[in-house]
Amino acid sequence: MSATLTSPAPTTRPAGTPVTTAVLHSTRADLLRLRTWPAVWVTVGAWLTMNAMFGYVFNYVTYNSGENNFSNQGQSRADLLASILPAALPDSLPQGMPMFGGAIMMVLGAIIAGNGYGWGTWKTVLTQGPSRTSTLLGSLSATTLIVAGIVVATVVSDYLMALAVALAESQSTALPALGDTAQSVGVAFLVLEMWALAGYLLGTVARGPAVSVGLGLVWALVIENLLRGVGGSLSWVESFTHVLPGTASGSLVGQLVGVGGPDPTPGLLDTLSLDRALVTVCAYVLVLPLVTWWLVRRRDVV
Amino acid sequence: MDELVVQTKDLTKKYGNGDSARLAVDRVSMTVRRGEVYGFLGPNGAGKTTTLRMVLGLVRPTAGSATVLGGPAGEPGTTARIGALIEGPGFFPYLSGRDNLRTMARYRGLTDEVVDAALERVDLAGRGGDRFKSYSLGMKQRLGVAAALMGDPDVIVLDEPTNGLDPAGMADMRGLIVDLARGGQTVLLSSHLLAEVEEICDRVGVIAGGKLLVESTVSALRGGRRLRLRATPLDRALAIAMRLAGEEAVQLERGSVLVDVPPERTAEVVRALVTEGLDVHEVTVSERTLEEVFFEMTDTGRHPQAVDLDEISLEAVR
Repeated sequence: MSATLTSPAPTTRPAGTPVTTAVLHSTRADLLRLRTWPAVWVTVGAWLTMNAMFGYVFNYVTYNSGENNFSNQGQSRADLLASILPAALPDSLPQGMPMFGGAIMMVLGAIIAGNGYGWGTWKTVLTQGPSRTSTLLGSLSATTLIVAGIVVATVVSDYLMALAVALAESQSTALPALGDTAQSVGVAFLVLEMWALAGYLLGTVARGPAVSVGLGLVWALVIENLLRGVGGSLSWVESFTHVLPGTASGSLVGQLVGVGGPDPTPGLLDTLSLDRALVTVCAYVLVLPLVTWWLVRRRDVV
Repeated sequence: MDELVVQTKDLTKKYGNGDSARLAVDRVSMTVRRGEVYGFLGPNGAGKTTTLRMVLGLVRPTAGSATVLGGPAGEPGTTARIGALIEGPGFFPYLSGRDNLRTMARYRGLTDEVVDAALERVDLAGRGGDRFKSYSLGMKQRLGVAAALMGDPDVIVLDEPTNGLDPAGMADMRGLIVDLARGGQTVLLSSHLLAEVEEICDRVGVIAGGKLLVESTVSALRGGRRLRLRATPLDRALAIAMRLAGEEAVQLERGSVLVDVPPERTAEVVRALVTEGLDVHEVTVSERTLEEVFFEMTDTGRHPQAVDLDEISLEAVR
């Protein structure tokens, strides 16, 4: 005769691990693995180096050499010097972010999400107990904290570069108005966060970093620009480009700091109004994680 | 009274649609009881890992259901009480073994204290500071088991845990699994190593082509003991054995006659052979191995020694 078989009483979530706590656990876990990942530091380093070179070093060299080249774009030497002093920080901070900063943040988001599939770590993580939602929220929170850290590092780097220029040229080291700086920092964060979230979604869709990074870069650096070019002759394409992330982020920064001159900084646009650009970027920041969440919840982890 | 800790009902997973659809798991209903070591056997592609993934909530079933510890598979409160190593260890290659476990411990909401204990348990404490990518396959496998053991889960699901381990490592792993069961933890073990399963599992489920063929204790699956007779002439020995035990209970294998009779009938069989003038060269009690049973069930054609009785003239025997 077979033994009587019973099922245990249904389990409930163990005490002390509500969803918010589970998200905090996941965030801490993700920060632990991200802060020790060389790829994150390489990506951050690449951005800070690029920002310093194009934002300050080339401008200062141009100012000192007194030559006209791509960097001064016809500005007078006095204007050029003013643009790299501490007082100009709110304008100089976000200028490289819509295109180059965005592309690098997209790479960052793509590798954070995508490598977990290649290494099989999402599978290991999801067998540890957290739900897919709390795991994703934790990972996105950690990514957001890293983006915030990158913005702070960029502010500090820019300020130190500007201070060095001011001291070297015996110029004023006065800081810009706090409100202007805060606005600029907020815009910088929104733009970088949007691109990082776009990369995260691409990494999730592709379940790997290579394809997502490639597609993301081609989109951000090439396709959007081509579409805007075509938009000049096709009105429906032009309307379409108005809702693209590159147009929105470029317009947001462009309206904040001014596009300036016939040969503006690559990526800066005046296509959309400040309000519309802000709304569009915020919409992306909200929608991109939602699409990622929908995808993560419905797909099998293989 | 046995408590079911894992239960699947008509669990089914189909990939694709239309003509290209592939049924990976076909209405599998299995039960794992508390405190037992359950062996999940099947050839490559049989559906073992897909079934285990559904039990863990990594893969959603097309139909049917799976419950673990009374809760639905994949529910966070349930998964938190399971430790699992599924289809190879997946860890961050740039992190040390210890930091990988620290990361996983944080996902579980556990403190770092559990990490060193887990490393110690799988004999990796001395290499815990080395990067995961520098580990051998066996060390990676042991780290995966360590991650599964953190937090003393009620159920431990191990998919091919001895992959990549050397013989000593395999022996250690067997010992570890037996220790876990002795400590009251339930182990659901998928393995290709049938001798290993035979040695440590209480019950087994055999799956092939996505279907669960049988679920039974190891001893019941292997069946009773059989007599192996080597006597000449062989055809007459076969006929006598059939007369005594019935046609169904007799099999010819490697020049011997296998007779399904209890050992206490040995003397009766031998006496009959001798009385009828046959030369009896050898009489042994033979037990089927789990491997033999497995090959018969999964029909993988890997049981070459067994000879179909039709191959010799049964009429001549009769």
